[in-house]
Amino acid sequence: MEKEKKVSYPYAASTSDFVLALKDSESSTERKQKASKVAHVLTLIFTYLFLVVMGLIIIFPFYWMIITSLKNPVEIKAAVPTFFPTMGLHWENYSRAFEFLNFGTLLRNTLIVGILSTLGTLITTILAAYAFAKMNFKGKNVLFALMLGSMMIPGEMFVITNFISVSRLGWIGGEGNIGYFAAMIVPFWVSIFYIYLLRQNFKQIPNELYLAAKVDGKSDWSYLWKVMVPLAMPTLTTIFILKLMGAWNSYIWPQLILGSEKKELWLITNGLRETSFLGPGETDTGLKFGAQMAGTVIVTVPLLLLFIFFRKYIMRGVGRAGIKG
Amino acid sequence: MESKNNWKAWLYLAPVLILLAVFTFYPIINTIYVSFLQGYNYKSGAYESFSLYNYLAVLTPYTDEGSYMFNQVMKDALPNTLLITFITVPLSIVFSLLIALGLNSIKILKKFFQTVFFMPYVTNAIAIGMVFAVVFDYDYGVFNAIFGLGKTGWVSTSDGSGVGYFNGLFAICFYIIWHSLPYKILIFLGGLQNIDAQYYDAAKIDSAPKWKVALKITVPLLSPQILYMLITSFIGSFKEYNAVVGLFGKSGGAFVTEGMPSTMKTMVFFIYDQVDKDNVQFASAASVILLIIIMLITLVQNRVSKRRVHY
Repeated sequence: MEKEKKVSYPYAASTSDFVLALKDSESSTERKQKASKVAHVLTLIFTYLFLVVMGLIIIFPFYWMIITSLKNPVEIKAAVPTFFPTMGLHWENYSRAFEFLNFGTLLRNTLIVGILSTLGTLITTILAAYAFAKMNFKGKNVLFALMLGSMMIPGEMFVITNFISVSRLGWIGGEGNIGYFAAMIVPFWVSIFYIYLLRQNFKQIPNELYLAAKVDGKSDWSYLWKVMVPLAMPTLTTIFILKLMGAWNSYIWPQLILGSEKKELWLITNGLRETSFLGPGETDTGLKFGAQMAGTVIVTVPLLLLFIFFRKYIMRGVGRAGIKG
Repeated sequence: MESKNNWKAWLYLAPVLILLAVFTFYPIINTIYVSFLQGYNYKSGAYESFSLYNYLAVLTPYTDEGSYMFNQVMKDALPNTLLITFITVPLSIVFSLLIALGLNSIKILKKFFQTVFFMPYVTNAIAIGMVFAVVFDYDYGVFNAIFGLGKTGWVSTSDGSGVGYFNGLFAICFYIIWHSLPYKILIFLGGLQNIDAQYYDAAKIDSAPKWKVALKITVPLLSPQILYMLITSFIGSFKEYNAVVGLFGKSGGAFVTEGMPSTMKTMVFFIYDQVDKDNVQFASAASVILLIIIMLITLVQNRVSKRRVHY
């Protein structure tokens, strides 16, 4: 305030006064700059410290899972937990996990359900996204709004009636396995979110391409599959990966329709949760934890690998959900 | 140039519409209908009467004498769900916002940290829940060891001494927050990168301290993302299920604290439990109640946002 006055009324003060005032303000900005530099460094140190601590908390369960899966059962039960396997790497945990999980069967079931439900979803999504993005029909906006609106409804409401439906249809409760697979696949052949995602992508494809295709005498159908689909490959890859991950992680629906009677059709997550990881007569917690953590590593590593190799595609799908139009 | 073939468009939409009709739209109506059927047998379709019985059964106020079946919503599921929601939503938003602000202000190792913080997102909630159960183990858990807590029960105990309810609540909230951070960080980071640099330039000219910039500029400009996160995480934590099964198993845990829930069952846990026990009518009534709660939350938050959110 004081300084401002001096500068605004220079005529009231002598020239030397004015120079002094300038000098004074200069050194004060210097001081300020120094202070702000210190504050900047302190903030930076604090920021890194905070990120490192939070990062350690995030990483720790992964680390603990891996080292426990490699520890000797005796070491797992040590009074003071060791932060690195000291009694050698105990790979037997893994062979026990594979055996108890019946891993081959679980993997086969999960891949069948994952791939078939993904392919079905891709087909229905491509067709619907094309209609919403590039075609004109009565009630288009109303229908689209209705579909987006239904995403608000808790999925449990669908699950209850779908459970009734698949048992009334005779898909579950019978002897054969085909019906159970159908019940795990068909209801998941449609995803409103992915239709929305692909529609956005299709809309960005310039209509000039469509006109050019028309001039070439191409039908809508071949334009869709020969031009649109190849151009939208990144989005389709995103859908493919997220959907596969969904099958890998699905637990409740298979659990409801399979229960413990149809063990041979369990998906990987059901197997992991419902397996006791102890043989008949065994009670040792060390044995159990070792094999159990080996099992969780087996389930987690493919997901992390997918993330590493398809990071870009996964982020596209996940990030998009948060951007409001 | 859009083609105007009405019937053709419907042909393209046919697979989706048929599937949606059978597995999405019909279930909404049918689940509401079933919620009013007393003594419904889903296999034969027979029922005793069309009444509010299921709602009354599900919402029976808790009494010590009442049979557990009829007050597990009021005794366990609703209090658990509300506690989990009101603990995890604000904490996870604050932590993810701080982490996102931190990530946004650094250059060295930024990509590395981003990858680390995203890892919980690409994991299986059940599998990592089992890892947390090992970390929180009564006898050999590393959590008790690190904090020198001796034998403290968080998930279960091996000697029948029982787990205190608030210990169980701490464990489940810790896990839920851990698991929900990545998505929120991602959304907040996206929002931060969209903030116009001129706001910061203005702040720099005024040489405002960093925390003040964060509080007065960044957070208000991030309010659309914060609101979006509030709504979705409120809804998400009302539907918490996988974390509970991952950590406590299909029993939902067992707690011994007087006057508090005896399991960590949530609303959705109760719903699936009832489907599993062939009581689809109770599950339906509970899911309609869940729908109403979720709609109310969204409505209230939309009202608030009109006044508070800066677009």
